[in-house]
Amino acid sequence: MGLIGGVSLVILALVGIVEAFNERQIIADVISMGHTLLLLTAVFVAYLTAARSRDLGAGRSLGNVLLAGLIMTGMLAALVLIGQALNLRQVFINASPTLYQMLIFHQESLGVGILLLLGSGLLMGFLTSLLHSAPVPLRRVLIIVLISLVIGALLQDLLQPIFGLWDPLTTIGEWVFETSGLSVHGAITLAVLVAAFAALWDRYSQTVRTQIRSLPSERQRNLKWGSIIVGLLVLLVLPNLLGIFLSEVLTIIGLYVLLGLGLNIVVGFAGLLDLGYVAFFAIGSYTVAILTSPEIGSYQIGFWQALPVAIVFGTLAGALLGIPVLKMRGDYLAITTLGFGEIIRILVLSDVLRPWLGGAQGIARIPKASLFGFEFSGPQEIYYLLIAGCFLVGFVSWRLRDSRLGRAWMAMREDEDVAQAMGINLVSTKLLAFATGAGFSALSGAIFATKLGSVYPHSFNVMISINILCLIIVGGMGSMPGVIVGAIALVGMPELLREFAEYRLLIYGAALVAMMLLRPEGLWPEAMRKRELHEG
Amino acid sequence: MLQRLRERTSATDVIMWLIGAALMTLIVWGSTATLIKGTYSARHWIDFVIFGLAQGSIYALIAMGYTMVYGVLRMINFAHSEVFMSGPYTAYYFAAYFYQSGLLESHPVISLILVFLVSMATSTLIAFLLERIAYRPLRTAPRLVPLITAIGASFFLQYMFRGFFGSGFQAYPVIKALEGQWLVGPMRILKFQALVIAAAALLMVALYQFVQRTRIGRAIRSVSEDKDASALMGIDVDRMISMTFIIGGAAAGAAGVLYAIMFKQVHFFMGFIPGIKAFTAAVLGGIGNIPGAMLGGIFLGLVESVGPSLFLDGLGIVAPYQLKDAIAFTMLVLVLIFRPTGILGERLAVKKA
Repeated sequence: MGLIGGVSLVILALVGIVEAFNERQIIADVISMGHTLLLLTAVFVAYLTAARSRDLGAGRSLGNVLLAGLIMTGMLAALVLIGQALNLRQVFINASPTLYQMLIFHQESLGVGILLLLGSGLLMGFLTSLLHSAPVPLRRVLIIVLISLVIGALLQDLLQPIFGLWDPLTTIGEWVFETSGLSVHGAITLAVLVAAFAALWDRYSQTVRTQIRSLPSERQRNLKWGSIIVGLLVLLVLPNLLGIFLSEVLTIIGLYVLLGLGLNIVVGFAGLLDLGYVAFFAIGSYTVAILTSPEIGSYQIGFWQALPVAIVFGTLAGALLGIPVLKMRGDYLAITTLGFGEIIRILVLSDVLRPWLGGAQGIARIPKASLFGFEFSGPQEIYYLLIAGCFLVGFVSWRLRDSRLGRAWMAMREDEDVAQAMGINLVSTKLLAFATGAGFSALSGAIFATKLGSVYPHSFNVMISINILCLIIVGGMGSMPGVIVGAIALVGMPELLREFAEYRLLIYGAALVAMMLLRPEGLWPEAMRKRELHEG
Repeated sequence: MLQRLRERTSATDVIMWLIGAALMTLIVWGSTATLIKGTYSARHWIDFVIFGLAQGSIYALIAMGYTMVYGVLRMINFAHSEVFMSGPYTAYYFAAYFYQSGLLESHPVISLILVFLVSMATSTLIAFLLERIAYRPLRTAPRLVPLITAIGASFFLQYMFRGFFGSGFQAYPVIKALEGQWLVGPMRILKFQALVIAAAALLMVALYQFVQRTRIGRAIRSVSEDKDASALMGIDVDRMISMTFIIGGAAAGAAGVLYAIMFKQVHFFMGFIPGIKAFTAAVLGGIGNIPGAMLGGIFLGLVESVGPSLFLDGLGIVAPYQLKDAIAFTMLVLVLIFRPTGILGERLAVKKA
């Protein structure tokens, strides 16, 4: 275990992610994100070691964990030593002096630094094994506190504009945060508050829930509607609260939620792994671009007239591309759809279709949409368009899920042969799944086109398909709240944390693998799916 | 008779056949048009064919990995393209070092062999770890789960190497001994193309013999027939699956160096396109079928190199080489649609994929 952990720590260091994160302070001048990342990985590995050697008795378990901690930091120390002796920089571009400095805690002498590193490994192992042997409620509270400290520090940028709204809040904000990262006293306060809240929640959540349940049904419904309306109001005023930059992030999240809801129908409901999903996104964008932009074609109709055309085109394309792949399953389907997506991109990019599609330069000067004199120009306005789209798509897919068709999709997902034997027409069911998903995708493509004001073939590469797939899977396949959670986690976080951006796909990949290994049902799973995955 | 035929064909079948017929006519029409126009001389065609052979033999080597893994696990190892990339990318630093120290000039053979060994070792290691960490725990999971894991692993590996070595293109050093060309009768062969073809052929024969003749090869083949029965026969199934990944990784690592010799550069994203094409080759030859993968690779290489000039040029399409990749993908889609068992297609149909 220690070896695995050590290798992953060295990989993390060499990949450059640690150094990149070092810029961001978790607690100002005490600990940085880079250290935190290494520390969390180490704690995780040590915790697994502790869990694995639980049966061996307290003494040996502690010994194992300490050994694991020592091995992990030992490997980092070895990295520092090798790096001092040889110039690794020629090969590993991220093996820089800053990295070594950071690993030995900015100590002057190498020996002290390395001793400190090893010592911290031992200390970490000791604390982790204490954590592991602590009683369950205490352990949960501690873990929650740790995580919320990290998240609180990371969300500083997000909280800043909200603090600016109201004077008392500003003072609180200044007290908790320094220019970068939490201040020491802020961190302690936050930790205590969160701990208290978590402990209280642990004790009282059950009673609150039973109290709500014991209310008369009339009041319960009112409560439910009330919270929904409050939620809606918050959604409506959000862009004005957050300012331009965060609204831009919100629109990107919204776009991905829209795309995710569409793909969720194909992958999550019907179980058809479609890797060429971006093709329909492209079709939607290009249809709107051709119909509205003065650069190409002679149509120049408004956005609202072009939108239905785009959706119809997307839906038709979905059905058409669905026909050839009707008989395929699983892997072959994935590869074929991937092929389709690439073919469309290459065709658009080539010179052959340039007169119609603009080639590599794409199509620019797409007019903004406007409704009753309200122009959807900046991110703060586009946001409402996206919210409307999300509600529409969300509502449709919610109703579809519980419809006869939705149940047919799920039956097909579970077992095609049995579904067919039960009298489900596989051909039309599959085609409908492809077509619906493609229609939603075309809708988001259309919004994307007016948002950017131009379309380029390079915006539609296979990465988009993969991103959407990732967020569906991380959120939980087939679960609609899961799509939103996934979009916020996978699309929103990298936008907020600029250091993440470069390592986005690295994290995606790791998240996909880890998700499949540890929690295949996703972060916010659909109840039925969770049951299925855990019964075997 | 006619009525029975009508009963058996559905609307979708008809549409599929129409698409197929239309494509065939296009291809035939385009080819004849090009040949009549005579834009290219025989010399050109021979060049195209040799280039296609060299490229195809690289695809064939990569395709071995796909096909063997599919054979034993019934899954597409999406991350195989990254196994392919990791080898030459790591070996680049050795090649560059040999170039600087002059070893590449004075002892080209030794240094090339060393570069090959490094590349194969890295790819093998990556393939082995991949199976161990990502795939083995999921062997009994539902079908989609390992597939998604493979996609995730693929991206993780890509960006891990990007983080290690940077995101730029690295130019492979030019090997003096491989400059120039040989004249064989009316043909001229560029030396490095000859090396690629010869090395790939040698490796393919060696691998094929290994799988056919040795004890381990026999065990692997038996595992791909039936895991449970093999386990009953005393074969260590887990070990054989690891072996499969190791062999596939070694082949991919060798193919990677050949690819680097041919195209003279490496990049962290270089695996994606050859990977998909090699997969196409594996499907073309009938997935799970080793000689099929070799044939499929060479066939795909040929079509890709000859195709754009042959049938796209005749159709009056400008800059047909831009559509080279589209041809490969179209072929992939067509094969999967019309003949998912592949050209040689004897063994596995797409049952329960």
